[in-house]
Amino acid sequence: MSRTSPLERYGPPIAVFFLVIALWELLVRAFNVQQFLLPAPTVIAEAFFRTTTNIFNSAAYTIRSAVFGFGLGAGAGILVALITARWTTVREGLMPFAIALNSVPIIAFAPIMNNWFGSTNPLSKIAIVAVITFFPMMINMVRGLTLVEPAKIELMRSYATTPLQVLIKVRIPNALPYLFNALKVCSTLSLIGAIVGEYFGGPRDSLGVYILQEAQLFRFDNAWAAIIISALLGIAFYLVIIGLERIAIPWHASIDKQ
Amino acid sequence: MASVVSLKNVNKFFGPAERPTTIALKDINLEIQPREFISLIGPSGCGKSTLLRTIGDLVEPSSGEVLVNGKPAHQARINREYGMVFQAPVLFEWRTVLKNVELPLEIMGVPKAERIRRGREMLRLVELQHFERHYPWQLSGGMQQRVAIARALAFRPELLLMDEPFGALDEITRERMNAELLRIWHETQTTVVFVTHSIPEAVFLSTRVVVMSARPGRITEIIPIDLPYPRNVETRESPRFFELVTLVREALRKSEEMREELELR
Repeated sequence: MSRTSPLERYGPPIAVFFLVIALWELLVRAFNVQQFLLPAPTVIAEAFFRTTTNIFNSAAYTIRSAVFGFGLGAGAGILVALITARWTTVREGLMPFAIALNSVPIIAFAPIMNNWFGSTNPLSKIAIVAVITFFPMMINMVRGLTLVEPAKIELMRSYATTPLQVLIKVRIPNALPYLFNALKVCSTLSLIGAIVGEYFGGPRDSLGVYILQEAQLFRFDNAWAAIIISALLGIAFYLVIIGLERIAIPWHASIDKQ
Repeated sequence: MASVVSLKNVNKFFGPAERPTTIALKDINLEIQPREFISLIGPSGCGKSTLLRTIGDLVEPSSGEVLVNGKPAHQARINREYGMVFQAPVLFEWRTVLKNVELPLEIMGVPKAERIRRGREMLRLVELQHFERHYPWQLSGGMQQRVAIARALAFRPELLLMDEPFGALDEITRERMNAELLRIWHETQTTVVFVTHSIPEAVFLSTRVVVMSARPGRITEIIPIDLPYPRNVETRESPRFFELVTLVREALRKSEEMREELELR
């Protein structure tokens, strides 16, 4: 492991960030790019400060759908995985379908969910996010619980352990890295699910509807400001998961650093 | 004196009972006395690992009787009367070195303070007391295997089962680990059953070397090792050591030839 100063570590990405922004600004101005194609960063920033309240209200609604849906879907995924770890027949029955359904573009069901729950009902977005996050969570968790070094199970057998002890001492810790990988994937999926769900209809104060409306009204600067906020939300969500991962499985993060 | 391990007419077949596809163990009879260090040696496929696992009740014999401390092997496993060391260290990546050693104690419900005390004592025994907070991946292969030995001895079993524990180590590390193991064996007064395919290792460590042959896996010879204690580097260079190594090698070759003759017939 090499020791690097904060400047060495964070300097290059920060430099790249400002360089890209500057280049973007410069090119848009130099070639006089039309705003509906791509507004300049300064124009987007201006739009953001003009519409902060609107964006934040919309973002709050979307975050809520994403987080609740995520909690519901991921929670159910973990629970089902734990059940299948205990009852092998359940796993063998469910896994082929789970893997098949995981490759289905579930977002295509969004209009159906809107129809079931009503497009302005938060449940319609929570449901779509829950379904989207459920399958990757469950599949990864099942892998983590079952892909255990056989010698570890044999060692536990030599200690005459109960299946519950094997679950707690071996299978669950073994599954934690898989769990966090799935959480990272799901954190992004949940925001995509919520926003795209809103594109198919939702309350006025939601990121999806807001972006769609502003774009339809040719207020592309406003639309872009909201898009940038969605992007930052996605990154923030991801960083929260990484932070939790560092706390929960330091032994694994340290292997990564090697 | 009562045997620690008693094997009577033990057979292990794989496949259907009337037409077994593999005879892993055939008519195994062996008595192991307290404080003995027994090596099982033979070519791969001779069933030495299977035999070790039947003693540990990790494999069930097809017929015959396996007693550990006078009880059926199954009961001995339930009572946790033996410690096991595998070829791979099988340490839990998410546990520190000390926590790995504490694992069996934790399962047995030993209180925390006592667990830590005994864990540290075991780490001192394998001379890893300065590494208790390290994670397994931060240690070398030899050190990891020493943690595995500490873990196997943590609950002070009277019997230690070792399945080629040093097979993955380089020659120099292996010789050092051999000396280590002998010291630990003396200090803990444990009975050891040790699977290996290294002749010098078997001779250096054992009180008796059990020579096995493959297909069917059976015991062809038992060679007592009369090397004096303490055994050290000079032991390895003594004429008697070479004589015994040759004796074991010839026994292995003889059992191989016998098998080939059997197969030709």
